[in-house]
Amino acid sequence: MEKKIYERPHIVKLDTGMPGKFGMRNDAPPTTHIDGVSVKELVDKFGSPLFVISEHTIRSTYHKAYKAFSTRYPKVQFAWSYKTNYLPAVCNVFHQEGSWAEVVSGFEYDKALANGVDPGKIIFNGPGKSSAELKKAAENGSLIHIDHLDELYMLTDLAGDMKRKPLVAIRVNMDTGIYPMWDRFGFNYENGQAWDALNKIMLSGKLELAGLHTHIGTFILGANAYGVAASKLADLALGLQQKFNHTIRYIDMGGGFASKNTLKGSYLPGADTNPTFDDYAEAITTALVNSGFKPENLPMLILETGRALIDEAGYIITSILANKRLSTGRRATIIDAGVNLLFTAFWYQHPVTPAQGFSQYREENTIYGPLCMNIDCVRESINLPLLNKGDKLVIHYTGAYNLTQWMQFITLRPNVVMIDPDGMVHLIRQNESIDTVCTPENTPQYLQGVK
Amino acid sequence: MKINENLAISESGFLFNPSTGESFTVNPIGAEILELMREGKTEAEISESIIRSYEVDSKTLQKDLHDFSEVLRHHQLLDQYEETKN
Repeated sequence: MEKKIYERPHIVKLDTGMPGKFGMRNDAPPTTHIDGVSVKELVDKFGSPLFVISEHTIRSTYHKAYKAFSTRYPKVQFAWSYKTNYLPAVCNVFHQEGSWAEVVSGFEYDKALANGVDPGKIIFNGPGKSSAELKKAAENGSLIHIDHLDELYMLTDLAGDMKRKPLVAIRVNMDTGIYPMWDRFGFNYENGQAWDALNKIMLSGKLELAGLHTHIGTFILGANAYGVAASKLADLALGLQQKFNHTIRYIDMGGGFASKNTLKGSYLPGADTNPTFDDYAEAITTALVNSGFKPENLPMLILETGRALIDEAGYIITSILANKRLSTGRRATIIDAGVNLLFTAFWYQHPVTPAQGFSQYREENTIYGPLCMNIDCVRESINLPLLNKGDKLVIHYTGAYNLTQWMQFITLRPNVVMIDPDGMVHLIRQNESIDTVCTPENTPQYLQGVK
Repeated sequence: MKINENLAISESGFLFNPSTGESFTVNPIGAEILELMREGKTEAEISESIIRSYEVDSKTLQKDLHDFSEVLRHHQLLDQYEETKN
């Protein structure tokens, strides 16, 4: 006789309160396949935990975003935010789709060059550019976004020895009616710093002012803030036209669009409530087309959105290491992927689904990672089926920031694979070995061979 | 380990405790174990019966049975007399 599938015995007290408006389904349909590839086969071949990137999702999300803007505005250009995910395979999908590169360090700049990006299509942001990095970017004809006056003066000095004028924009911070107001990047609009910096650039004669940039914040849940920001940049651009008869080539609205993730403390899932690309596009393009630009002088609209383009394309497959009860009787599950791999677990309630079918019984769980650190909590509270040791889970919406902010901490980092649109699986980053960590280390002679 | 004799357990896994008025839902394997407990089977006999019909090893089952009985005790579903004897 064939034995029945085992599920641990489970009893739960029925406690029916009044129905609330926030009542949600709490069952999670299993994720047995990602883009048609079996999760079990992925783990058998590449191990657990495993990062999985869906190329199909990247491309379709990009198409959605591009369509939202290009149907509302004539000149639209996306620039892939390297810090969000700079694995070359991921960057090159965006570059194939037509994205430029947006980098914030010399390291990222070199990565973009190594990926084959035309230097003239690299936007160099960030508050910490060195003199050598500025010189290289300027001589290559990249677009340098100036963050502060010290950088402006350094670049003006460097420009004296150059054959071509550095192409620049300034970064502008401003009050867009949201909290917190990000004022650490660039020059402030309201107190006149931005206008002052623009005047200095125009009067120096050594720099070519190509555009204006802003980055109003991150995970912005109110699309209208972008409309305010676009109006203020348009105001600066029109001021330049009036005073210097200078037409800027582009307005760069930065990033900060929310993905479908759910911020901690939210009542409803982000997938249902966060603004869509259409919401952001409507706010930005309406502000620009309604401003005083003449139709023939409308600047190119650049968007550096990262998170919203890649989050949904990323998954982590993870295995159950153990389940136990806490002192309160609460169920806790320990998995092999912790905050070392899932940095964003500090901000989001990532959706987590089983990778195999289960009965309808659910239990409230806390999910912990494998690190011997109290902070290693992936979900404080989630309803999950009655999982056994060895079962697999799939963590969703992990494509943004985790593959750049992950930590080599306590343990090594795992394989990363990409599934192409034909369902072929490609290893795009090899898992680490002890040599990855130990090779750059050096032990003085007298401390070697300690017994 | 014996369950409270007053408990009403339906085939669909609905459990009612008339002494407290509390209701519970139990999964099929849990209901099977409760039935074996009601019949007065020992822990070893219950394990043997479950291992015979389910794909589970004895260590996993032992851990889960222990956990299950702790939850039953917490909800006062075990026979009080039997409990005091222990």
